[in-house]
Amino acid sequence: MDLVWELLIILLKIVVVVLLFAFPIGSLMTLLGDRKQSSLIQNRIGPNRARLPGINHPLVGIPHFLADGLKMIFKEDIIPRQANRFWHTLAPAISLFPAIALWAVIPFSDHYCTGTATMVDYRDVCVDGAFYNLFSISNLEAGLLYVFAISAVSVYGAAIAGWASNSKFSLLGGLRSSAQMISYEVTMGLSLAGILIIYGTLNLNEMVVVQGQLLWDWLPMWGIVVQPLAFFLFLAAMMAETKRAPFDVPEGESEIVAGYFTEFSSMKFAVIQLSEYVATVFVGSLVSTVFLGGWQVPWLYGDGFYFGNTDEPSIPLPYWLVIVLRVGSFSIKTLFILWLQFMLRWTLPRFRYDQIMTLGWKILLPLSLANLVITAFVVLVLL
Amino acid sequence: MGAETIFFFLFGGGAILSTLGVLLSRNPINSAISLVVSFFFLAGIYAMLSAHLNAIMQIMVYAGAIMVLFVFVLMLLNFGDEEHEKPRLNPTQIISLLVGAALLIAMFSAATAFVDGSRQVFHPSMPPGFGGVEAIGHALLTSYVLPFEMAAVLLLVGIVGAVVVAKRRF
Amino acid sequence: MKDNLSPLSPIDFDHMSSEDVMVLNMGPSHPAMHGTVRMVLTLDGETVVKCDAEIGYLHRGFEKQCENATWTQVFPYTDRLNYVSPLLNNFGYALAVEKLLEIEVPDRCNYVRTILGEVSRLSDHFTCVGAGALELGAMSAFLYAIEARELLWDLVEEVTGARLTVTYARVGGLKDDLTEDFPERWAAVEPRLHSTIDRLDRMMTKNRVFMDRMQGTGVISPEDAINYGFTGPVLRSTGVAYDVRKDHPYFAYDRVDFDVPVGTTGDNFDRYLVRVEEMRQSIRIINQALRDLPDGPVSVDDPRIMLPEKEAVYNTIESMIAHFKIIFEGVQVPAGEVYSFTEAGNGELGFYIVSNGTGKPWKLRVRPPCLYLMGGIDRMVEGGMVADIIPTFDTINMIGGEIDR
Repeated sequence: MDLVWELLIILLKIVVVVLLFAFPIGSLMTLLGDRKQSSLIQNRIGPNRARLPGINHPLVGIPHFLADGLKMIFKEDIIPRQANRFWHTLAPAISLFPAIALWAVIPFSDHYCTGTATMVDYRDVCVDGAFYNLFSISNLEAGLLYVFAISAVSVYGAAIAGWASNSKFSLLGGLRSSAQMISYEVTMGLSLAGILIIYGTLNLNEMVVVQGQLLWDWLPMWGIVVQPLAFFLFLAAMMAETKRAPFDVPEGESEIVAGYFTEFSSMKFAVIQLSEYVATVFVGSLVSTVFLGGWQVPWLYGDGFYFGNTDEPSIPLPYWLVIVLRVGSFSIKTLFILWLQFMLRWTLPRFRYDQIMTLGWKILLPLSLANLVITAFVVLVLL
Repeated sequence: MGAETIFFFLFGGGAILSTLGVLLSRNPINSAISLVVSFFFLAGIYAMLSAHLNAIMQIMVYAGAIMVLFVFVLMLLNFGDEEHEKPRLNPTQIISLLVGAALLIAMFSAATAFVDGSRQVFHPSMPPGFGGVEAIGHALLTSYVLPFEMAAVLLLVGIVGAVVVAKRRF
Repeated sequence: MKDNLSPLSPIDFDHMSSEDVMVLNMGPSHPAMHGTVRMVLTLDGETVVKCDAEIGYLHRGFEKQCENATWTQVFPYTDRLNYVSPLLNNFGYALAVEKLLEIEVPDRCNYVRTILGEVSRLSDHFTCVGAGALELGAMSAFLYAIEARELLWDLVEEVTGARLTVTYARVGGLKDDLTEDFPERWAAVEPRLHSTIDRLDRMMTKNRVFMDRMQGTGVISPEDAINYGFTGPVLRSTGVAYDVRKDHPYFAYDRVDFDVPVGTTGDNFDRYLVRVEEMRQSIRIINQALRDLPDGPVSVDDPRIMLPEKEAVYNTIESMIAHFKIIFEGVQVPAGEVYSFTEAGNGELGFYIVSNGTGKPWKLRVRPPCLYLMGGIDRMVEGGMVADIIPTFDTINMIGGEIDR
């Protein structure tokens, strides 16, 4: 029976993370991030026409996003005659798969302590009980490598979509996206190597736990504090990975129409869009996990706030409130990074294809290598 | 039948089917993607053998890097379906078929000789952290440091060689 | 020089098999090819080897239509030439007919034409600069520019009654005087224009991404530009300070003080900078013209040319006859031919008119500035990348209505 329970809990976690967190935020971002926030930047009102039946209020445009979904479902699905029907149909699914699979290792809060949680040396410890993984789908030891592996696979969606459409614009888009994603994967991995040296773990939850340590007894050891350069390198590389502006040349709508999804319509188009937004939300969650302390709230540990390495919490809090605060903190950090990405998108023009390559190989890659070498030296000297 | 057996047949069957897809499909892109799929199934089997790192590396290196380049090149060249050619058996092919079949039978019987259904995949004597990042990293940089470094040098030679070949104008 | 100008730029076919290049058909239905134009690109990877621009998708027979309309009835057609700055086309055509008639319009008319012409030029440049930003992915900058253009179009609408189909000029004058509150309205709009221009400047001119996209792309040398017949901001960006307003003054341009900005390299960035600076100069011109605006009528006092007042038409037989003659027969323009040119948003807008002494033009030929710019676009984009076509095509600011007539 234990196995059944375990499977049920995992299924429940998948449902909660994917259907209640990633998808809603991802698709809400199409509305609030892309349409409402852009309208704020551009002195417009933004979507405000659609109404829910019975409610005579625009509700910041949320009915629009429901209406859009409905519209997408009823649109005609067009497959170009010369296209490869099989791969053309499968391509949206291929691009959605990694976007969802990535969420498997993101910790939303610390492991659940079945006994009494308290703090020793700025780490949660569990007295009279054990930690039980409730807040991430899988507590994989090589969690970060898993993220790299899956995001490496996400190239296929765009590449196959571009190839299967049998359109020159799509093909150009597919080629651009493959080249761009392969190039930025290198920076993505190298910029995190410094973090690995400092935290000494690949497990994302463990990484967040380590970020609860305090420097000089007051400064949380968040990734952005110990590796500020890597933060920017990684954010840039991740934005390029997810093809967000200003790195959106694969879908640069002015020159190659819509890039690799030019020939997609109806729900297929919606799924490609959605997978991109889900991946964008994932960038937010990963960056906040690695660099912004994930679910950590500064100075908050298992049973309350500690100001200083004391035995008793300065402000005691019940364990459930700690969990709520942690999940909330993680969500807010994720949304902040998302907001940052949308601000960049709506204020910067797009790079040219070769300029993206130059930036990736000649600027970001040497910088991340230098960052790695310097970090290694510092760690060697200090520890 | 435990969950492990179910997953084993799921992954194993998937791997066999997708590998057959690689061999039998006429369209090179189909073959390439089938190979990627079979890598995923193999990774699943690795993961069941407690070799998580291997599983992840399999996806990251083979599916995520090498096959992407294959697909990239195939897309660029845009091959059509292969020419249909009447398969004609000549003596060499017959001999190779026979040898191949014999090898397959030998491997299969060797494999079945070692596996009796009673043995658990998760052997109780396995040390904690087996197959994990730390264990493999430790092994690579202590007991196997020489082969590890040799492989690294070999790869470097490969890279330099590729650059030299590519740079040469002809 | 002659070799350089060969319209078919040589392709090194010996070192290129048919598999190396890809022919990409960009347009006529393509998001970047606004104004409906088609470009057949020969690509080597993403490098443009050959660019074949094809126009004519918006052809409406403007010149032929004009031969069947009276001199006054041509004005609505000119609105549709450069539809971003219709007033400039109106005034350009009016000036041409007036030259043929050998009449002088009242001074106030000249000033009003100067003012509204510059308002139109502002809207033209705002559209061009904004659309350029949009196509490089900076949609916010585009909407700021469009907001400023709305302010200008509100001004135009207040005076002419329409935003685009203005038909404001008449042979020998204007349809109507400026509205009384125009100076106040302009005073209210002017600071917002300044702030928008400054904001665009801040967002784009020193933006590294924008500079990378614009600098060194779509370059043309001054010699080539002159040989191709380039005019306007594109010519000035190469360093040739030719501006019809300065070199062949008309309206009130010789009585206002303004600078002609020139570029140095002739690339997209220079064209953008020239346009931004011209917007500032236009505001300067409008301010001076409004300050010096003389009183008086806005149309010539000649019953053979201008329609009489409606009041007079209904009450006096002379006016009734004059009205009838002008409406049915048109203004009688003496036989002869004239080439008159003004500075429109994109450069020299010329009207070559032949009259046979009747109420309709015998031949009316337009020299649209874009046509010559499009003629040379292949020289600007070949050797660059596909993505460079976008800013180049935009800074040229091809207007379909004007180029295809």
